[in-house]
Amino acid sequence: MPANRFNGNSEYGIGIGLRIPHYQHILENKPPVDWFEIISENYMVDGGRPLAILDRIRERYRVVQHGVSMYFGSVEPLNRDHLRKLKALVRRTKTPWLTDHLCWGSVDGRYTHDLLPMPYTFEAAELTARKIREAIDFLEVPIAVENVSSYAEFHVSEMTEWEFLNEVVERADCGILLDVNNIYVSSRNHDFDPREYLDAVPAGRVAQIHIAGHSKFEKYILDTHDHPVIDPVWDLYEAAIARVGPTPTLLEWDDRIPSFDEVHAEARKAARFLPAQVAAS
Amino acid sequence: MMDLQEIQRRFAAAMMAPLKPSDAIGAKTIAGRSVRAEATAIVKPNDRLTSVERLEIYSRSYWFRILDALTDDFPGLRALLGDGSFHRMARAYLADCPSASFTMRNLGSRLTSWLEGHQDFCRRNPRLALDMARLEWAHVEAFDSAERAPLGPEDLLELDESMAIGLQPYLSLIEAQFPVDDLRIEAQQWDEDVRTSLARKFRRRCLGLKPAPIFIAVHRFEDTVYYRRLDEAEHHTLSALAAGLPLISAIPEDADADQVKGWFTTWSRLGWLCRPESA
Repeated sequence: MPANRFNGNSEYGIGIGLRIPHYQHILENKPPVDWFEIISENYMVDGGRPLAILDRIRERYRVVQHGVSMYFGSVEPLNRDHLRKLKALVRRTKTPWLTDHLCWGSVDGRYTHDLLPMPYTFEAAELTARKIREAIDFLEVPIAVENVSSYAEFHVSEMTEWEFLNEVVERADCGILLDVNNIYVSSRNHDFDPREYLDAVPAGRVAQIHIAGHSKFEKYILDTHDHPVIDPVWDLYEAAIARVGPTPTLLEWDDRIPSFDEVHAEARKAARFLPAQVAAS
Repeated sequence: MMDLQEIQRRFAAAMMAPLKPSDAIGAKTIAGRSVRAEATAIVKPNDRLTSVERLEIYSRSYWFRILDALTDDFPGLRALLGDGSFHRMARAYLADCPSASFTMRNLGSRLTSWLEGHQDFCRRNPRLALDMARLEWAHVEAFDSAERAPLGPEDLLELDESMAIGLQPYLSLIEAQFPVDDLRIEAQQWDEDVRTSLARKFRRRCLGLKPAPIFIAVHRFEDTVYYRRLDEAEHHTLSALAAGLPLISAIPEDADADQVKGWFTTWSRLGWLCRPESA
C-alpha cells in the first residue's frame, strides 16, 4: 500500500465501517477484517456502552477515525470542546490518521448535521485550509479530507470542485480521503467527467479511498450508502488504484444495513483491483 | 459577490425553514425571506432541477435526519402522542430549538422545558407527556454520560456525617405522576408492523391512568440503562446528596437506621456513589 505521511505511513488493506447492527457478530465471531473505520462522533462520549464496545473491538482490530462534524468549511471557528473530545478519542484509538469532510455544516452555532457543499472560491479555500491546519496542530495526527457528494452548485464558484480540492489540500498540506462513489454521484448531478476529476487529484496526497452504493432518482442521484457498489463506481475505483497505487480502502454501508457477511463480501470485491499481498490482508 | 459567511447564513436559513405539511421546502426562510428568491440568488439551476429543487434536497434531508433522530430518542412520547401529533410537536420543537451541538445525541436536551411552555402539543394529558419526556432525556444521559470512580464498601466505612457524597453523572432522579418507566418499556418492545394498533390501545389505556407520585432512578449498570423504582424517602435522600448536602442533612432525621444502611448498600452495589465533583 502507498504508505505516506498523510495516512501515518500505514499499510492498511480493505476495511469496513463499524456499525451497531454488527457489534454482536464481530465480537462473537471475530471475522478477519483488516481494519474498521469508526464514526468519531459516535464515540465522542463520556462513558457507557459505545466506549466499552470500542475498547473490545480495539483489542483485536485496527481502527481509523472518520468524522462528520468538523466542518472545516464553516466560517465559524473550530469548536474547542469538539476538538478536545476528538483528541481524547484519538489518544484512545491511536488512529494513525483521521478523516473528515471537505464541507461546511454549521453557522452561527447552529448545526445542520449535513455535509454541505462548498462554494468553490479562493476565500473559501483559504479559510478551510487554515482550519484544517489548526486541527492538525491541535490533534497531532495526520488529517485527510473527503470530497463530498453534492446536489447543488453555487453561482459564486470560481473553479471546479477538483481545483478547489487541490487548492485546499495544498494550502493545508493535508491528505485526501478520495471517495470515488462521491465523485461518481456528483459527476452525474453536475454533468462533469469523473475521469477528469480523478486525473486532477494529487496522487501523493491520497491517504484512503471510500467506496459505497447510492440511490438513483429521476433527476438526480443521492448518496445513500444503502446499496452495493455499482459497476461504474468499481470502474472508477480501478482507475483510482491505477493512478494512486493500492490504498487503504473502506466500504461505507450506513442505511438498510445487511448482515455483516454481506457487507464484508461487498468490501472484499475491492481485492480484485489490488495486488495479491494487499488483497489478502 | 456574496462572501462565504453570507452564503452560508442564507443557505442554512433556507434549508432549515420548516417543511410544508407535504414535506416540500418551506416558503419562507427562518430569517423571513422568500426561499425561492434566496435559492435563485445562491444556487445554480441545471437542466433537470431548478435552484429551489436543488435546495429542497438539502432541506428535506435536514428535516428527515433530525426528526428521525428525535423519534429514536423518544419512543415513549411518540407512543403517547401518536405519530401525527408527535411529528407536529417534533417539527415545532426543532424549529424553535435547532441543534446547537456537533452531535445529534443532544437534540432532545431542551425538549422537556420546551414542552412545559407548549403543552398544547401534549394532547389530553400534558403531565404524562412531560413525565415521559423527562424520563426519556434521562435515558439518553444514562446511556453514555461519564462514570466516576465508584465508592466501594470500604470507602463508605470511612464516611462521617459531615461529609458530602457525589452521585454518578449518568444517574437521574425522576419524580413522576405516572408510571412512565413501565409505559416506555412497553412501547419500546413493539414491532413496527403491529405498532400502530398497539399504540392506539396503549393511548386509550393511558387516558384512564390516575396520577400518583412515583420515584424513578434512571441509571446504567454494566453498560445497560435501567429504571429503578425508589421509595419517597430514598428519593429525597438521593436528591439531597445530588444537591451537595452533607450526609447529616441529606438523611431524614426519622429514617430507620437499618433502612438507611440498606439504601447505602444498594447504592454502593449499583455503583451510584462517588466522591463529590469538587473533591
